[in-house]
Amino acid sequence: MSVTLNRIGLARDAYKGAATTLCAGCGHNSITNHLIKALYEMGIEPHRLAKMSGIGCSSKTPAYFVDSAHGFNGVHGRMPSLTTGAKLADRQLVMLGVSGDGDTASIGLGQYMHLIRRNLDCTYIVEDNGTYGLTKGQFSATADVGSVQKRGTVNTYEPIDLCTLAITLGGTFVARSFSGDGKQLVPLLKAAIAHRGVAVLDVVSPCVTFNDHDGSTKSYEWVKEHEEAILDPSFIPYYEEVLVDYEPGTTTDVRLHDGSHLVLRKLHDTDHDPTDRSAALRVIEEGHRTKQLVTGLLYIEPEADDFSTRERLPERPLRDLTEKELRLTREQFGEVMSELA
Amino acid sequence: MPDPIVNDLTFQAATVNGSGSQSSNSVLMRAIFHLGIPVAPKNIFPSNIEGLPTWFQIRVSPEGYMARKGDTDVLVALNPSTWAADLKGVRPGAAVIHDATYSTAGAREDVHYYPVPFSQLAKTKIENDKLRKQLLNMIYVGVVAKLLDIPLEAIDHGLRRHFQSKPKAVQVNLDAVQVGMDYWDENLTKKDAYRLQPMTGKTDGLILVEGNQAVALGCLMGGCTVAAWYPITPSSSVCEYLGGYAERFRVDEKTGEKRIAIVQAEDELAAIGMAIGAGWAGARAMTSTSGPGISLMAEFAGLSYYAEIPVVIFDIQRIGPSTGLPTRTSQADLGFVYNLSHGDTHHPILLPGTVQECYEFARDAFDLADRFQTAVFVLSDLDLGMNLWMTKPFPYPERPFDRGKVLSAERIEELKGDWGRYRDVDGDGVGYRTLPGTEHPLAGYFTRGSGHDENARYTESGEVYARNMDRLARKFETIRATLPEPAVDGSSSKVGIIAFGSTVNAIEEARERLRDGGLEVDFLRVRAVPLNEAVTGFVRDHERLYVVEMNRDGQLYDLLRLHVPADLVGRLSSIRRYDGQPIPADAITRPILELEAVPAS
Repeated sequence: MSVTLNRIGLARDAYKGAATTLCAGCGHNSITNHLIKALYEMGIEPHRLAKMSGIGCSSKTPAYFVDSAHGFNGVHGRMPSLTTGAKLADRQLVMLGVSGDGDTASIGLGQYMHLIRRNLDCTYIVEDNGTYGLTKGQFSATADVGSVQKRGTVNTYEPIDLCTLAITLGGTFVARSFSGDGKQLVPLLKAAIAHRGVAVLDVVSPCVTFNDHDGSTKSYEWVKEHEEAILDPSFIPYYEEVLVDYEPGTTTDVRLHDGSHLVLRKLHDTDHDPTDRSAALRVIEEGHRTKQLVTGLLYIEPEADDFSTRERLPERPLRDLTEKELRLTREQFGEVMSELA
Repeated sequence: MPDPIVNDLTFQAATVNGSGSQSSNSVLMRAIFHLGIPVAPKNIFPSNIEGLPTWFQIRVSPEGYMARKGDTDVLVALNPSTWAADLKGVRPGAAVIHDATYSTAGAREDVHYYPVPFSQLAKTKIENDKLRKQLLNMIYVGVVAKLLDIPLEAIDHGLRRHFQSKPKAVQVNLDAVQVGMDYWDENLTKKDAYRLQPMTGKTDGLILVEGNQAVALGCLMGGCTVAAWYPITPSSSVCEYLGGYAERFRVDEKTGEKRIAIVQAEDELAAIGMAIGAGWAGARAMTSTSGPGISLMAEFAGLSYYAEIPVVIFDIQRIGPSTGLPTRTSQADLGFVYNLSHGDTHHPILLPGTVQECYEFARDAFDLADRFQTAVFVLSDLDLGMNLWMTKPFPYPERPFDRGKVLSAERIEELKGDWGRYRDVDGDGVGYRTLPGTEHPLAGYFTRGSGHDENARYTESGEVYARNMDRLARKFETIRATLPEPAVDGSSSKVGIIAFGSTVNAIEEARERLRDGGLEVDFLRVRAVPLNEAVTGFVRDHERLYVVEMNRDGQLYDLLRLHVPADLVGRLSSIRRYDGQPIPADAITRPILELEAVPAS
């Protein structure tokens, strides 16, 4: 049987990980598969990939893809700081963070926000199911008002919209998607990975055990009925030519920093401009008002300087620097000592 | 006129925070140091930007004592709200320079008053409207110079040294000093005994440096490339100094690129998270904090211990619990930091007692962290960290970095991929790690704070958990044997002192006083925990031991009692001081003399 190899000569299997220990039918498993597809098709070098996560069901998933890459399942809500540190040590790493709505919207909200305002070059996936699965079904901060818990409690608190937050904090790539919509999610994941800067993907990912019942607004059924995709994305990596001709006026072509393209085809009469921050906020707000789940690329700013650039870090990883590059010379050291006399 | 007391006094300026007196005190201190006279400055400041009382003390002694001495001999009183208390705190015969508006009616008669109309002089003699408030303080520099016989040349040097980066400021300040000198010449006469005379032989070749500055230099020379911090007194200046030096010495001249990332994080949780993330990816990374910050870092410290990730954490101790006294010194984090985090956790801690050790331990902490793949703490304190100390210039490092056990792609190939992150290959409890970015299909592994086996795979097996924890305990024994040995002085006495950190100065002075009184006392200064055999040996070799520390609960005393065999525990007594001020020598001599006077039953 022939195996199809990607541009760096790896088979799809090279992007697989350990067997999942999540529930059968969990949305997170779909996202894992979409990630495997995206990473494989892009030809991401596994040794360059750093899979980062916090705590929770979502945060277990980095063990389920690209087994040969380094992974780091840290502490609850603190994936952003670990990711920041690792990226500072080696800016050539492809940082891929996987978090959940509990890990991000509650305990980790501060770090999430500061990661975004720094525009750290990383992909930040929130596997968003509106509930705490591992601790058996408590509401999370992304649960909608009126959403009903499995045991009947109704949520009365306003949800935190992680995309709105990301856009207002200067996020440079903000998208929402659905674990069951691979056609949309895979190109968005690719574009997120290719994007230089922080790329936030809030992916609604139903929890089949605790939040997939009637009355939940994060169930498969609800999302299928209420998903309103705004733009149909296609990703064309920098190493491929744009071969498809698009009918004028039907698409927006966003050129990413690395030369890749994200081509966004209009789906409706609505004409969302993903480079318009206010428009992005409006389209989310409109979705809330009409009780639709607006998915797709909401906002992008492809050329903003990322954190490492603003910090004037060299391309060469800091961790590879040697005594000669790091220590003061004897003369410099002597100079410092004599200043203190 | 009383007999002169030469080069042996404690100067104290009592001023209002934010009034600019820091510059004046610094100029005076540098002028005295310039005369070859040993100085030991202490800044006693409030947690406040402007308005609260602040004191600056310069201890001057021909011997070069660097401990704080409680009693003031020369007082500059420029704070009406503390005037009464300041006056109460001076020794009989003291010189008291005070604002002429303060009443001395009915005040002490055993001191010498030098009233100076500072505000009046500032108003009439200082033309610069903007700087009048600051320059008023320079007037007292002139008065003190006259009082103590500090030549103008030395003051001029002090000014030039203090205003190194803004030489234009020198003249306007010098003019204000002159106002004070002129006032003295025209209105005041020397009545007290204190004076200064140039000396030789005691300060030759010495430098003045703050502990936090020394830590920053240690970080630079230790190869730190990632520093993440959150502002908190008294540790902020560590990363601020580091940033300053980095701009000079870690920037590529051609490209402007920096060979270090210094990040002001959103809080201490993120600061240590960034440092650990960087350590995981192979950078030499640190964070620096104090007080509440170290509490916040507890969870991540446990991750570093259990997932075995190198990181260096500086704790510049201040008084707790909670917010405590944010600008006062303490040694009360020892017990907490040793076991920082839930579960069975302990960390190696380096305990610098001098600014040179601040430099050396900071530098070497990065080697230890890499070697042992764990959090290495360096416990300094506010007194050591934020005050200037006389020291010999620091030695240039002769050793290359020790990057510890890191497998390269080539090495993994040689091993045919047969490696496991948490295997104890060498019997020292320390495994081999790989760094992300290592180009080999078998280099990757999964780091987690949850249960893991020798190959870094997730497990909830109790047996595997216990085996891993036992290995970590073995690793800790390797660490114990590698940390800096205690500094021991003397072996002739039956009486010993055990202490750590910045109390060393007061202890050395106390030992001299005790020796003067015929009591020889040996001294062991713990320079790291976990404690080792040398400490046990010292306890065994002495009949009575006094454990001196600046905390309420006797934290080192506790560690010692757990460390030494049960039959030696009774030899230990505890001497504690916890008023937020650096311990003075007499707080050590007095209790030892009292306890030594009563023979142990």
